[in-house]
Amino acid sequence: MSFGGRVSVLVALFIVAVGFVLWGVFGFLLAGSVPTVDFTSAQPAGAPVDLTVQTVGAIGNGFGDHPTWVSYLVKDPQGQWIHSTIWKVPAHTRINLTVEQYDSGSPLRNQQWGLVQGTIGGVATYNGKVFRAYNSNTGNGVGHTFAIPTLGINIPLIGVSPNATNVCGQAPCSAPSSAQNIIKASFVTPGPGEYPWQCFVPCGLGFLFGNGGPMSTVGYMGGFLDVVS
Amino acid sequence: MTDVADVATGQSGTAADPPGAEPGHREPRHILRMVIIWAILAAVLDPLFYFLVGPHVPPGTMTSAAVDNQFDFNILFLVALPVLLAVWVYLAYSVIMWRATRKGVPEPVGGPQATTHLGVQIGWILTSTVIVLGLFVFGTVELITNDGSGGGQGPNPIWTPTSASILPVQVIAQQWKFTYRYPTFGGFESQQLVLPNDTTIAFHVTSLDVIHDFWAYQLSIKADANPQLDNVAYATTRETGSVTVRCDELCGLWHGAMYNYGRVVSKSAFFAWAKATQLATAANTKNLPAFAWTYVPDANGADGGYYPDNVDPYSNAEVYGAVPVKPTSSG
Repeated sequence: MSFGGRVSVLVALFIVAVGFVLWGVFGFLLAGSVPTVDFTSAQPAGAPVDLTVQTVGAIGNGFGDHPTWVSYLVKDPQGQWIHSTIWKVPAHTRINLTVEQYDSGSPLRNQQWGLVQGTIGGVATYNGKVFRAYNSNTGNGVGHTFAIPTLGINIPLIGVSPNATNVCGQAPCSAPSSAQNIIKASFVTPGPGEYPWQCFVPCGLGFLFGNGGPMSTVGYMGGFLDVVS
Repeated sequence: MTDVADVATGQSGTAADPPGAEPGHREPRHILRMVIIWAILAAVLDPLFYFLVGPHVPPGTMTSAAVDNQFDFNILFLVALPVLLAVWVYLAYSVIMWRATRKGVPEPVGGPQATTHLGVQIGWILTSTVIVLGLFVFGTVELITNDGSGGGQGPNPIWTPTSASILPVQVIAQQWKFTYRYPTFGGFESQQLVLPNDTTIAFHVTSLDVIHDFWAYQLSIKADANPQLDNVAYATTRETGSVTVRCDELCGLWHGAMYNYGRVVSKSAFFAWAKATQLATAANTKNLPAFAWTYVPDANGADGGYYPDNVDPYSNAEVYGAVPVKPTSSG
């Protein structure tokens, strides 16, 4: 092959390689990007933020590529259920969290996560009843937790009865057509920053130790509390 | 003459002037010059480093292990610095003395003039051997005499502290958080790591899922957290202050967020905290499994499906947290 031919082949291969790299990078960055739900302007400055989320055993067909995955959803300030786990909230503000729990439960891998921690008063309410700790070895067990590890916050989300005939199978769920538990707690946001939150129940069915799949994908069982000033 | 042999020995004068050199030119004693420069630099910089920088070298002085490791790092640097200086001095000297633009610089040599020099070779090998073996012996002695220097020694530590009173603290790693269990205070579990000052601590590091690594930087403790393994590391606290704990084994999505801050406090403050936490968490502590040095993670949470076939995830002996269990091993 002539010198010019070899140079042409080299340039062509280089362009192809660069193209693959760009395709991979942009594909990674753009695919499955999770929207941020903004709660900073939904109420007057300094007023508590009402944050309502739900947990469902299977997200269903209306929310992306993994209909069988367990997931959180969040209700945006306009009242729409959004498949997002990145929530922007104001700093140094009381957050009134309401979790609509539609998934069943089981014993925790580490019962430490049955202890309510980091909330105002160190308590939460379960269908209106105040509790500080929930024994996941009893009753319906714990379906998920809402935890912000770097802030020491943990709230166990008690599961619905596995014997219920109306366990929700596809998000968004609602009561009374679906069995539901309501868990409420309040906490105060710290200074500005991005605080990862996660579920401590290894609920990634079918993945190693239950912590793959939805447990390892932002947008399902973990995300960020984006605290801004 | 500027052949390798003569440069190495520092001898000057030749029977035949090298190509490019002026007739009758006599080379200075290069090696002697370089050795003198090197010796002066090393004699000045080594003490400067030891006394000015040494006390600030990580991981600090918060624990006995940290002090020992700081000393080890300083010794390693004191040994390495002269070697580094030797290389730099030789390079700098060569660049200055034998640069092509310098008047009278000889041509690069080859052939018979570039023969090896036995003395240089023996000296080089001997020096390298002494340094490497010396550091090997030094490192081994430091591991033995310093109770493992803060490293995880597995479930049956070889080098144990002689302290009459050792506080055990169990470090439980899980995706993605460390929690701490205090068996001598009723076995309560906490998200906080609080330690008493002037106390020998035995860290029992284990995991409930994948492999993590407990790295308490200021304590100079670093031990892998393996499921079903009790990895023990020792340190004796010497100062109060804040401790940064990080997971140092890539463990999944939130590995980067798997950190927390601990505290070394006075003994009285520690006992006050431990008693208060024991009381505050009593309602949950009774739900924890009986204290054990290791736990077999169960498949609960997603009702199984990701466990080896030969493990019964609902067996009493297999579950951490589901039902009270007997210790699966002792350490």
